[in-house]
Amino acid sequence: MTTPQHQHSPTLLKPIKPVGIVGYGAYVPRYRLPAKEVARVWTGKSGGLPIKEKAVPGLDEDVITMSIEAARNAMLRAQIDPTELRAVWVGSESHPYAVKPTSTLVAEAIGAVPNTQAADWEFACKAGTEAMVAAMGLVGSGMGHYAMAIGMDTAQGKPGDALEYTAGAGGGAYILGPAEESLAIINASYSYVTDTPDFWRREYQKYPEHGMRFTGEPAYFKHVTEAATHLMEASGTTAKDYKWAVFHQPNVKFPQRVAGQLGFSAEQIEPGLLVGTIGNTYAGAAMIGLTATLDIAQPGDRILVVSFGSGAGSDAFDIVVTDKAPARQGLATKTREYIARRSEIDYATYVRFRGKLAMK
Amino acid sequence: MTEVVIAGIGQTAVGEHWEIGLRDLAYAAIHDALKDAGGLKPQALFVGNMLAPNLSRQAHVGVLLADYAGLTGIEAVTVEAAGASGGAALRQGYLAIASGMVDVALIVGVEKFTDMIGSEVDEALATTSDSDFEAVQGMTPTSQAALLMKRYMHEYNVPANGFAGFALTAHANGVANKNAMFRKAIKAETYAKAEMVSDPLNMFDIAPNADGAAALVLTRRDLLPSDFKNPLVKIAGSAASSDTLALHDRKDMLYFDTAQISAGKAMKQAGVVLDHINFFEYHDMFSIFAALQLEAVGFAIKGKGWKLAEDGSIGLKGKIPCATMGGMKARGFPGGASGVYQAVEAVTQLRGQAEANQIAGAKTGLIQSLGGPGSTAVSHILQSL
Repeated sequence: MTTPQHQHSPTLLKPIKPVGIVGYGAYVPRYRLPAKEVARVWTGKSGGLPIKEKAVPGLDEDVITMSIEAARNAMLRAQIDPTELRAVWVGSESHPYAVKPTSTLVAEAIGAVPNTQAADWEFACKAGTEAMVAAMGLVGSGMGHYAMAIGMDTAQGKPGDALEYTAGAGGGAYILGPAEESLAIINASYSYVTDTPDFWRREYQKYPEHGMRFTGEPAYFKHVTEAATHLMEASGTTAKDYKWAVFHQPNVKFPQRVAGQLGFSAEQIEPGLLVGTIGNTYAGAAMIGLTATLDIAQPGDRILVVSFGSGAGSDAFDIVVTDKAPARQGLATKTREYIARRSEIDYATYVRFRGKLAMK
Repeated sequence: MTEVVIAGIGQTAVGEHWEIGLRDLAYAAIHDALKDAGGLKPQALFVGNMLAPNLSRQAHVGVLLADYAGLTGIEAVTVEAAGASGGAALRQGYLAIASGMVDVALIVGVEKFTDMIGSEVDEALATTSDSDFEAVQGMTPTSQAALLMKRYMHEYNVPANGFAGFALTAHANGVANKNAMFRKAIKAETYAKAEMVSDPLNMFDIAPNADGAAALVLTRRDLLPSDFKNPLVKIAGSAASSDTLALHDRKDMLYFDTAQISAGKAMKQAGVVLDHINFFEYHDMFSIFAALQLEAVGFAIKGKGWKLAEDGSIGLKGKIPCATMGGMKARGFPGGASGVYQAVEAVTQLRGQAEANQIAGAKTGLIQSLGGPGSTAVSHILQSL
């Protein structure tokens, strides 16, 4: 098989018109299931725990309601007329309906209908950042003034599986618009994609399956490293040029290790490393890591964001915070405020909330 | 009869080669071995492989590899004897050359574990035990070895962590082997703190399943050109033995008869006694196996094999160095390729090319490949010429 030459010297995705983040918002449901509670039920408390606890949606919450919460927060920060949104795109692997969009409900709820694009995106944990790249294109080409991209999940973990400890809930919403109106400018993005079957859920399956050790080196580490390295090489940057970095966070160890390998310090990833207290929010994970980082970022701060979606691919973004950020950070609930809003539940309550009991 | 010599060796790094398939893995080792053998043309291929039909859905591996290596037309078969497949393939190659029926034989050991993962691999490994009476109970090779080790510790009053020396030695020796899966020495505390897998086997008592391929080119000494470049290593003794497949059918579960019988025969053929053996490549799939092999071969009396690990006798500078390139524990356990790796590593020692791991003045080595808990044992004595 021959590999086209251009794959060896990747070009960045850079819009014709400079694009940035006009508004952003996060959402995390209030319930928390400690990992030790999962261990109590399934392993007799033996073995290490990948996180402290994970966020669990309540009985009346799903990806639609949570996306609306995050979208409203993004609108509060953007201070724009919702009818100016030319796209509302939601990336998730837990869309409530197999057929019928999440995005139309979200668009309706925030008043963006009817003159808008609306669609649901699916690419495991990078569906949200993929929607962001598409929004860059829509706005950067001049086809639309604003576009909204959301990454949100209520992740499914098979009872007793390693992923049940971490499969959390939450995510973030972004409104992309012209750079001159933005609180952070997206200089460029770069995506690295291969056919790597490390994690999947087929139609009609309730829970996803995964390739255990195969999800590590050949999947997460390879794609995140390649995307980040190519983006930085093509941008002429190194880890030192960034104030902050956000990596997809399926557990605490993976982002810590990949950050170290790429030359980033523990301090650089600290603001966006949330998995220990809310779990892996899948399509929301990199997105909410960025909302938490934007909550504390100062003008001039440069941020590297790298998502990872199983199957597999990574989207990397080179972002610079503008002087419009400080005035907008406080216009909506901050990510860490959502995380602090916490009600602990036991495994039985979790089983009820998540519909894991067969009732018929 | 002129001596049977190992003219060429090749091996891949042992590890998780997610992106390399069975045939490419094997070809890498074949290529290196044929190159090392300086242009000898194989007439027969003997492949040692344990689980390709299960893990890679590929039987008929002999033909697959002959064809893939551009050797279409030669005799090509797969030899299967569970973990001893590599040793058994080497013995078949030896018999072919020694008989005079074949002049140049290629031996390839290959295993591709990572085509499957988790319980699929355990299930495949369990097929090497007695399916009707052992595997059906849910037993895996690991849980069986745990029972064996528990019995051993009870019978001989072995303290907790008494087996630590096997893992410590293997990991120390793996550091300088660029083909080893684990190249990090471990401390006694690390062993003591390791998570239990199947009591009393902890993580460091078990060799890691790994992908790998190794290859050998065998011929007779008189067929080599006078200017042949490699230091010569001969197969001075070769023997194999079988026991009951199921462990519970043994009179004494804590003695590997096959290890004793095959090593004894190979040493007798080679005309060597224990004192002549400069190093021993045992089949340390589980640390209990290593202890039982040391006893069966005669390096220790019954119940004292673990002491040789504890007192440093099996270290590179010890009385009987073992697992000199890391063994199964640190180099990794590439299933049916393991026995061929042992031969490649022994040749490296006997050529004097083992660098940091070189056993000074090594002239004679014993390698022993096991299938199951000593259900098969294949032993070879290799000597430098």
